[in-house]
Amino acid sequence: MNTAAQYLKAIYIIQQQDNSPAATGRVAERLDVSPASANEMIGKLEARGLAEHEKYKGVSLTDDGIIEARDALQTYCIIERFLHNVLDVEEFRGEAQALEPVIDGTVAERLDTIIDRRAKCPDCFDPELDACSCLDVEPVEEAAAD
Amino acid sequence: MSLKQRVESDQQLARLLQIGIVLEEVTESRANNHRDSLPEPDAELESLLAEAAAQSAAHRDRLDGLIDSLAADSVPFGEIDALVEASYGQTKPEDFDGVLYDQLCNEETAYKFYDDVIEAIEASDAAFSVDRDQLLSVLREPREAEHDAVETVTTVMEERE
Repeated sequence: MNTAAQYLKAIYIIQQQDNSPAATGRVAERLDVSPASANEMIGKLEARGLAEHEKYKGVSLTDDGIIEARDALQTYCIIERFLHNVLDVEEFRGEAQALEPVIDGTVAERLDTIIDRRAKCPDCFDPELDACSCLDVEPVEEAAAD
Repeated sequence: MSLKQRVESDQQLARLLQIGIVLEEVTESRANNHRDSLPEPDAELESLLAEAAAQSAAHRDRLDGLIDSLAADSVPFGEIDALVEASYGQTKPEDFDGVLYDQLCNEETAYKFYDDVIEAIEASDAAFSVDRDQLLSVLREPREAEHDAVETVTTVMEERE
């Protein structure tokens, strides 16, 4: 997965949560990057026909952008599920985020053959849980408190 | 969150190597399963699958060596073999073409994985516990082998068209 895919995924999740265009600041916050970096990448996504940015409203994904975002989210879910269920990684969220830029969708598809992912993926991704809702895991805050 | 396509720590490197081991184990296990469940005897395909399984086992050993240097744990073949067995019924190819296509996917995936990891290491200036030159050398060898394997499977597929 490349960095553009991470932006698409972030915008998609924010749009789902807010049911409106994603504010650039929210995108930057979610990805822990500067607003300037977020603006630059959003411009690139617009140039590729994957997103539309409206001043004072935010950024929305086009139909093509939504398809790529859902693919990216699915790849991320596969990595999380693989780390949690196969490798028993406790900090699977943080490690999935660190690994996702290096793990291509092709590689994720092969890992997918052994992780018993649900058919409704990626719709089962829970932004509050920051994980697949089918995984038996605690919310981030509770997990951090343990 | 990292937005960079590069390897930045021993932990991230070890995890990637574990993923590489699992990919090789999946390839080995599926190749063995394919060979045992061919619809009828096929000497060429059986030989190709046996070689693929042996090659994956050899690559796994090399990755195991690197994992040891990073003081991380490997992933036992038995665990992955059991997971492949559990899912094989739903994902097994129906015929010779399907077996070859699956084998091609395995080899292409492994090639892509090694290529991406090598690129991510080369893009990084992080200091790892394992010698960088040795690390890249160990990873480049299976990448070349997977490249050759893709060509071999592709040739067999073309000859059978």
